[in-house]
Amino acid sequence: MDALISLLYDIPVLGLLFQLVGYLVDVVPGISPIILQAATPIALAALCGVMCERSGVVNIGIEGIMLTAAFVGWYAGVLVQPLLGTDPAPIFGLTPALLVALGAGLGSGVLISLLHAWLSISVRADQIISGTIINIAAFGLTGYLNTLISQSSPNGAGAFAQLRPPSELTDLPIIGWLLGAILSQGPITISMIVIVIVFQVLLFRSRWGLRTRAVGEHPRAAETVGIDVIRIRYRNVLVAGVLAALGGAFLSMEGTNSFQAGMTAGRGFIGLAAMIVGRWSPLGAIGAALLFSSSQAIGQSIGFFPPEGQLGDLLGLLPNQIFDALPYLVTIVILAGAVGRSIPPAADGQPYEREATT
Amino acid sequence: MAALPLISIALALVVGAAIILVSTLLLPNRPFDVLLPVRAYVAMFQGAFGSVDGIVNTLVSATPLVLGGLSVGFAFKAGLFNIGAQGQFLLGALGAVAAGVALSDAPPLVAVPGALVVGMLAGALWGFIPGALKAIAGAHEVVTTIMLNYIAVSVIAAAVSGPLDQPGSPSPITADVGNAMLPIIVGRNGHLGIILAIVATALVGWLLYRTTWGFEVRTVGANPDAARYAGMRPRLLVVLTMTLAGLLAGASGAVVVLGVTHVMTASFGTTVGFDSIAVALLGRSDPVGIVAAALLFGAMRAGGPLMQIKAGIPAELVDVLQATILLFLIASPYVRRRLGLRGAKAGVETTDTITRTYGGEAAVR
Repeated sequence: MDALISLLYDIPVLGLLFQLVGYLVDVVPGISPIILQAATPIALAALCGVMCERSGVVNIGIEGIMLTAAFVGWYAGVLVQPLLGTDPAPIFGLTPALLVALGAGLGSGVLISLLHAWLSISVRADQIISGTIINIAAFGLTGYLNTLISQSSPNGAGAFAQLRPPSELTDLPIIGWLLGAILSQGPITISMIVIVIVFQVLLFRSRWGLRTRAVGEHPRAAETVGIDVIRIRYRNVLVAGVLAALGGAFLSMEGTNSFQAGMTAGRGFIGLAAMIVGRWSPLGAIGAALLFSSSQAIGQSIGFFPPEGQLGDLLGLLPNQIFDALPYLVTIVILAGAVGRSIPPAADGQPYEREATT
Repeated sequence: MAALPLISIALALVVGAAIILVSTLLLPNRPFDVLLPVRAYVAMFQGAFGSVDGIVNTLVSATPLVLGGLSVGFAFKAGLFNIGAQGQFLLGALGAVAAGVALSDAPPLVAVPGALVVGMLAGALWGFIPGALKAIAGAHEVVTTIMLNYIAVSVIAAAVSGPLDQPGSPSPITADVGNAMLPIIVGRNGHLGIILAIVATALVGWLLYRTTWGFEVRTVGANPDAARYAGMRPRLLVVLTMTLAGLLAGASGAVVVLGVTHVMTASFGTTVGFDSIAVALLGRSDPVGIVAAALLFGAMRAGGPLMQIKAGIPAELVDVLQATILLFLIASPYVRRRLGLRGAKAGVETTDTITRTYGGEAAVR
């Protein structure tokens, strides 16, 4: 076996590819939980985008929704933590304070989404401008409050804990590492996986899904058969707000246990890219999010544990920063070619006006 | 209609005041003071206009916003959303500092234009890429420019900690641009970039309203189908428009490096590129409007630090005010419609030609 591998590695040029595969087989099982965690906020942002845009509302304010939810969740934890105590439940490290904090974060996401829904559906403003306003406002307001609050550097309600799957599962040959990666996660990551599956089924197999897609493709026709376009759009944007807020809450309550100004660091925008690369479907969105987070994790892994042999020598010639840029480069390359043209819902971004009201 | 931005600004200041009051109520250890918002705004105004230095600071803060606002606004006119002004700004700054360091011993008459041109070309390249990707592959510029913003951060980190690093410095930093620094023309720090911004405004205005290209850009933005029918070439226009937008944002970055910082660190970054979007929106993509909006936001940026010192209000309040001004501006047609005010339709045309999102994607086919 070893002889065969070294034979493959020694093939000129093509051998490099085998070395890369060998390196990936070595490192990916170890970093797979991290890949999944990094994909979670991006996937949730992308799901928010899918839900909005499938009904015809462009939501570029996802970044702002996430940032607000991350802040509100954390600060609600600061406020209620002394009142509710900190005794964690045996699963996920749940405390009453954490649950209240999570609820507050999700609620803030719904409120901001309501503003976006009002501006894009009722006001019929340019939806990209509305989203941009939300992003600027969220960045400013959370930064402003964080500067005021962090002067007293208060303690939040902590973070959700990760599940510990039994070793009988994780020790299984071949798929054990995958089960381990999926199960040894916090509640938001695991919910994300469930949401993707449920959302995929609902979008393509349920009445709500059919109506949503109809409203996104041809609202006039949908209205003709009795679907309330305005109502569907409002509902979808608000529910989508919960998804984005969950992604924000992940950042300050599961990935870390505190808030930093601007901590979303563009994940909302990357989620939008994942939505497009994933062709506006929930499964596609998580696929794109995973591609993004794995290229990031593998890039970092190459930086810390460079592969041996020729491949390592070759990669060593590149500046480190290229690995930081890798996920963004991959996204552009995919968007520009590999997946072919991704076609958005036909009425995406266009305000709907009822005929009677004009 | 001219009063609408003023009303929006006034309402935004009221909202800002409410935020200041509520935030002091929410937080422990801060005495409640009804006049705190007034003190904060007075301090901001003093910082921006209260002295010659303050006024010059306002002009210096407004300069990159004018150039960035022209970049975003010009793209808006063609129906393109250039969120990438930030990345083009960064590349422009990098190009200018690289050329500036190389030319630091050359005579200023060579060094200054040389560094500016390299910066603008670097920005133009960062605008050309998404333009070409859109024209050739149909990749939406909103996503590609956002990705390029992050790649620009990595490029700067790689360049400043690599080839441009000054040996012997504790953390990565470039050498000083020396003779390539923009000459000071007014006050303590009012550099030549102020004039450049004025010239650029006039040029963009001329280009938009007095040339065939400008007419085509505006036509493609307003109605791509009509433009194609009239024999214009939307693909070529997309590439050219994004390249020029990149060049303008690159000039913005070059002006900041050559006029203000004179060196660059590996973590160089400002929010100019993002503020430019707000400037273009408030200025309705019109060159004169952009200058007015840039002066307003520049004054807020220049006055922010004094507000923080004198009233203890974090300067991030400026971002909130900017967002609130825009919010009132875009919501006003609806509110007027609801209230049955006259001229209710007047505000609509300003937003419906600005951006064409993926769904209305007709600009490139």
